[in-house]
Amino acid sequence: MGFQVVVLWSDILIWLLVAAGVGVGVLIAKNPPLLAAWRRVGANRVGMASATVLLAFILIGLLDSLHYRAQLESKPGQKAVYAIEVLSVLDALAAPLRSRNEKTYSAPFATRLYAKETIDVPGQGTVRDYPRLKHGGKHLGEREDEVAEDAAFTAFKAGLLGFVGWLGVFGAVATVNRKKSPKLKLREAAFAWDAVLLTLLLILVFAVPLFWLSGYYHVFGTDKVGQDVLYQILKSVRTGLIIGLVTTLVMLPMAVLLGIVAGYFRGWVDDLIQYIYTVLNSIPGVLLIAAAVLMMQVVIDTHPQWFSTAAERADLRLLALCFILGITSWTGLCRLLRGETLKLRELEYIQAAQAFGVSSWRIIVRHILPNLMHIVIIALVMDFSGLVLAEAVLSYVGIGVDPTMTSFGTMINNARMELGREPVVWWSLVAAFAAMFILVLAANLFADAVRDAFDPRAA
Amino acid sequence: MLAYIVRRLLYALPILIGVNLVTFALFFVVNTPDDMARMQLGVKRVTPEAIQKWKVERGYDKPLLINAEAGGLASVTNTIFFEKSARMFVGDFGRAEDGRDIAREIGNRMLPSLAIALPTFILGLFVTITFALTLAFFRATAFDFWGVVLCVAAMSISGLFYIIGGQYLISKVWRLVPISGFGDGLEAWRFLILPVLIGVVSGIGSSTRWYRTIFLEEVSKDYVRTARAKGLPETLVFFRHILRNALIPILTGVVVVIPLLFMGSLLTESFFGIPGLGSYTIDAINAQDFSVVRSMVFIGSVLYIVGLILTDISYTLVDPRIRFE
Repeated sequence: MGFQVVVLWSDILIWLLVAAGVGVGVLIAKNPPLLAAWRRVGANRVGMASATVLLAFILIGLLDSLHYRAQLESKPGQKAVYAIEVLSVLDALAAPLRSRNEKTYSAPFATRLYAKETIDVPGQGTVRDYPRLKHGGKHLGEREDEVAEDAAFTAFKAGLLGFVGWLGVFGAVATVNRKKSPKLKLREAAFAWDAVLLTLLLILVFAVPLFWLSGYYHVFGTDKVGQDVLYQILKSVRTGLIIGLVTTLVMLPMAVLLGIVAGYFRGWVDDLIQYIYTVLNSIPGVLLIAAAVLMMQVVIDTHPQWFSTAAERADLRLLALCFILGITSWTGLCRLLRGETLKLRELEYIQAAQAFGVSSWRIIVRHILPNLMHIVIIALVMDFSGLVLAEAVLSYVGIGVDPTMTSFGTMINNARMELGREPVVWWSLVAAFAAMFILVLAANLFADAVRDAFDPRAA
Repeated sequence: MLAYIVRRLLYALPILIGVNLVTFALFFVVNTPDDMARMQLGVKRVTPEAIQKWKVERGYDKPLLINAEAGGLASVTNTIFFEKSARMFVGDFGRAEDGRDIAREIGNRMLPSLAIALPTFILGLFVTITFALTLAFFRATAFDFWGVVLCVAAMSISGLFYIIGGQYLISKVWRLVPISGFGDGLEAWRFLILPVLIGVVSGIGSSTRWYRTIFLEEVSKDYVRTARAKGLPETLVFFRHILRNALIPILTGVVVVIPLLFMGSLLTESFFGIPGLGSYTIDAINAQDFSVVRSMVFIGSVLYIVGLILTDISYTLVDPRIRFE
């Protein structure tokens, strides 16, 4: 079956980010002070454990950033027709999760729906009962009450598989390290291998059974329209990551350029830039975002001809949100950089460079920018978790991502009313909570590790 | 001092004009009044006549910035910018889509917002500073370590979950207080307890960590060593010396927030059905009522600027060395 590659704007940006990350990595490797700071991050156990978790999330997000449209079946000789629906590689990997929809709510590991319905039972006529699920626990057939044993056994098998896989990784890491320095134990390595491996073990022992089981059950239940909650969680990861990463990408150039220019040239340039960021700062963030998103909504609604698929429209709205968040959040970093540049430009080596007649831009690029890198890196890493949290709140308020796009905010919004039902539908909310908590906690811990490494003065 | 305040207020004027221009550009340059009319009317009822009628009714039929047809002063005043944006400087916010006077609405809703925000703010400040001071006192012990761990975990929970969880547990399962709503006079307290409690709890994580850092920074300074060297007990060092000296950085972060208390919290108010300014804004966002959102942006920035001036004035009260020329 053929397919047509679809490249969304956010895909381009996210892969550009990956490329930029590799590029920055190469630059750092050539810059001894920065390399030394990153080495300190690498030696930090908590930092490396959370980095492993973050990488797992990023992997999910990257898989979800390769989009395509499947070819529809057509007679030979006919022109190929492609489906309207835009899918990603993650969708293809999680095809069972995506396609096996139930009618409506079902609890985690349930074999029956959560609401009574009138069903036909052969021999008994119509009765009101909880109907069997179409997919959840189907393989059990008549042995419906053996869910616990079956699930536990499957989980054990899968966990064992995950463990074996981990042993492979462990062996590889140990051999490579042994080759480098034969007597070294992993616990004493300069890089916190033990934390990484332990986290990897935890991830594998939990994730492998989770996905194995999700082939047979709805592990986190289903939502109102019968969609698997685990699938929604997986799809939300990309939205959160894009908001967190692309927004920083948007604000970074503006903050760095304006901050340095204001601090270095002073005078009217400084006044102007200070004026701009004070104005933006004086508008309460949520309100500025709300106003901008409202406006963008009008633009999108009045120009439906710009978008060929719903995915493109949702994607553009997501990017616009990133831009708006970026425009509201560059001011803080800009002010920090301006202050630091003011200090730097008075230092002797800058004045020596000026006396030699080095041009201003060259001084900025060669002498000032490298000395501000630690502030930039700290600010970037610290912002990420806040942005993921902000996305959830904004989407909940209705000024976040497109309502058709899965994100933690829209999930929570949909799940909110379910707590008022009798009996309570709790699983969507708990699953969204857990996934978001793990992501943001990992981001916070990693940010702490980075800050400690780059800014030893702060406690 | 007075001269300083006057100068600061004059300095605030261009910033407010800038804010006004930014919101004006956001609301009217990206979208023409025609676009707004089309959206408000809905797809079915859009006809050129309907759009024209909508614009005339709401005063959007004028030119944006300069009215070339009108002569003299009217060429500036008889425009959308003057009617909708510039008049906000004298407190004239116009009418909302439903025809109600925005200024009066704001006046009515200020009190409920304050009733939530003020107790949350004061209680939250007390709790987090106490907690942070305790952590700093027991620094480098297991208590400090687990306290910080707890703070980081608390920081990683979205504010939405504090509200949803608190409402579910306390109101629905334990039935201690009503889930949402607001009462008049003294009856209101039953409705206020839960939002205040949740507001305090959800702020503990990040604020405590921030204050703890400030306290630890003070602990390492010379005057603290001197105080200890002359034999003062550690508790006295903490409460008399460190707390007082840490007040400046704390004030910087805190005073700016005070005027914003009037704005209320968007999330809390809409969740608990409190008729304050926060829920007003959210309703306006959902109803796409631009006049209300624009007014709230303007008020928000006025309050923020007032907050900045208050911060500077509060410095002089805390630290007599800071004098304004």
